[in-house]
Amino acid sequence: MKELRLMKGNEAFAEAAIRAGADGYFGYPITPQSEVMEYLMAEKPHERTGMIVLQAESEVAAINMVYGGAATGKRVMTSSSSPGISLKQEGISYLCGAELPCLIMNAVRGGPGLGTIQPSQSDYFQSTKGGGHGDYRLLVLAPASVQEMADFARLGFDLAFKYRNPVLVLSDGAIGQMMEKVYLDPQRPRFTDEEIKQNTPWATTGKTPDRERNIITSLALESAKMEQHNIALQAKYRQMEEEEVRYEKIGCDDAEYAFVAYGTSSRICQKAIQLAREQGIKVGLMRPITLFPFPKKIIAQMTSRVKGILVVEMSAGQMVEDVRLAVEGRVKVEHFGRFGGIIPSPVEVVEALKKQIIGG
Amino acid sequence: MAEAIVNTELIQPENLVYKRTELLTPNALSYCPGCGHGTAHRIIMEVIEEMGIQSETIGIAPVGCSVLAYDFMNIDMQQAAHGRAPALATAAKRLNPKKYVFTYQGDGDLAAIGTAETIHACNRGENIVIIFINNGIYGMTGGQMAPTTLPGMKSSTSPYGRDVAMMGNPLKITELVAQLPGTLYVTRQAVHTPVAVRKAKKAVRKAFENTKLNKGLSFIEIVSNCNSGWKMTPRKANDWMVENMFPFYPLGDIKVNE
Repeated sequence: MKELRLMKGNEAFAEAAIRAGADGYFGYPITPQSEVMEYLMAEKPHERTGMIVLQAESEVAAINMVYGGAATGKRVMTSSSSPGISLKQEGISYLCGAELPCLIMNAVRGGPGLGTIQPSQSDYFQSTKGGGHGDYRLLVLAPASVQEMADFARLGFDLAFKYRNPVLVLSDGAIGQMMEKVYLDPQRPRFTDEEIKQNTPWATTGKTPDRERNIITSLALESAKMEQHNIALQAKYRQMEEEEVRYEKIGCDDAEYAFVAYGTSSRICQKAIQLAREQGIKVGLMRPITLFPFPKKIIAQMTSRVKGILVVEMSAGQMVEDVRLAVEGRVKVEHFGRFGGIIPSPVEVVEALKKQIIGG
Repeated sequence: MAEAIVNTELIQPENLVYKRTELLTPNALSYCPGCGHGTAHRIIMEVIEEMGIQSETIGIAPVGCSVLAYDFMNIDMQQAAHGRAPALATAAKRLNPKKYVFTYQGDGDLAAIGTAETIHACNRGENIVIIFINNGIYGMTGGQMAPTTLPGMKSSTSPYGRDVAMMGNPLKITELVAQLPGTLYVTRQAVHTPVAVRKAKKAVRKAFENTKLNKGLSFIEIVSNCNSGWKMTPRKANDWMVENMFPFYPLGDIKVNE
C-alpha cells in the first residue's frame, strides 16, 4: 500500500531511498540539495532500518566513502549540486572503472564556477558524456516531478546493481525544492550480510576459505588487460542502450512540431503545448527520461511525422547536440534555452517555436 | 657462473623454524630490493593470521608504490583513489561494524593529497587502523619531493635539496593526528632491524586489537627507506635513515590511550 505525502523533491528522494533499503548515505552540504541530508539526519534511519548517514568533510570524501561502502556490496548513495558534483568526478570515474553500484543525485544549479543557487540544466554534458577521465558512462535518470524523485531512488539502486555501475539522478534546483504530492512505496528491507554475499559475490566482505580474495580496483597496468576491461565496459553500456531507454511522449500523435525537453524544462513545455494548441499549432513533447542511454531511435522515428523540433533546455544548448545526432538533418532542429538560473516561461517557449521552427 | 649451492639435507620439516605466512600470496613483490614495504606487508599479514581474522578483514590500498598491495596480501582488498583510503575505510567500517578495516598508505598519499581525509577520519575516531609508510619521497613516480622530505634532502623536484623557505616545511602528520581526540593509539616504528621489526609487529597487533575496543583510531607510522628514490644502496639507505630520518621522526609511542 502506497503512502500519500506532500514533500519537497529532495525530501522525497531521501525518504524513498530509506524505503528502497539503502544502507548508507554520505554527503556534504550544498544548496539547493541540503534537504536530502537534513531529512535523513532528522529521520534517524539508523533506528528505522539500520541505514548509516554520515556528513563527510568534503564532496571528495563523500564520493570515496560511497566507493568504500559499495565495494562491500552495500546499497550506498550520495547527493550534491553542480560544484560539488564536479568535485566528485574523480571518484565517479573510479567507481565506473571498478564497476561499483551506487546512487548519485545532482540537484543542478547554474554555473560555471560557483555560479548561482538557482535551477539549471547545464550539467548535461558532464552527466552523459563522462565528467571525469576515461571512457565511461553513467546511467542517467532525469526526474520531472517529485514523484519521479521518489521513484528513481528505488529504480536507481536496482539499475545500479543490475549493471554494477553508478546511476545518476539528474535533477535540478526546481525539482528538488518544489513541493508536490508523492506516493511512497512501502519499506523494502535492507539486504542481510548473507544476502549480500549471495547477491554480490565480487564484494570485499572478508576472504573466506571457500573463495579467492576479492579485489576492487580500477587499475590494470598492462594495457592489453586494460583494453579488455574497456571492451567489457563498452559492452555493458551497449546493453543499457538496448534495455534501459525510457521516455515519455505527450501530444505527439497528431503533432506537426515537437519539443524535446527533460526535467523542469519538460514541465514548462507541457504548458507551452496547451498555449500553442490554443493558437492552432499542433505541437507535442518528447521527454527523455534516461539521458544515457539516450532515446535516439525514438527521436529518429519522430522525424517521419514532425516538420521541426525545438529542444528546450535550461542551458546554452547541450542535449540539442544529441537530438541533432539522432535526427541526422532530416528535419530542422533548433535550441531554445535560458541559463544561469533563469527558468523560461511557457510563453517564451511558444514564441521561440514560432520564430525559430515554424517561421524560421 | 657459479652454481647455487643448496644443502637439501638441511631443508627438512623438523628443521623448519620460520615460513612465509599463508596470508602473503606467492606473487613476487614488486618493490625494489632493500625496500621496507615487503617487511611491513609481512608483519601485518602475520598479525591477521595470528588473530585468525582473515575472513573479517578488509584492506585498503593507496596510490603509490603499494598500489599493488592486493597482489601480495591474501585478503579482500579495495584500491583507493590517491589519498582517499581513510574515506573508503570509514564507510567500509561503518557499514560493516564487525570487520577489521585498515588502510596502508605512503607519505604522499596520506600527508599531502589525502591530508583532509586523514585528519577527519582520525578526528571522527573511526574504528580503523591506518598504517603509514613514511620514506620521505614519492617512490612510484620516480623520487619527487614528498610532504615528509627532510630539509635539505634531495629529490627529483628538489634537486638542490629541500629549501624550506621556498618549498615549505616537512609535515609531522603523526604528531598532528596524536593531538586529535579521535585517535586512541599513535606510534612511530621502523622495520630496518630484527628488533625494530618485532616492535613494529607488536604495534600492529595492538592496533588491530584496538579495533575490538571500538574507542578510536590506531595510527602507526613506519619510517622506512627508499633506496632507489634516495639513490643509495639498501645498506647505505638504512644508515642514512637512522642518521637523518630518525632524529626528525623519532621512534616510539606518541599516544597510548586505553
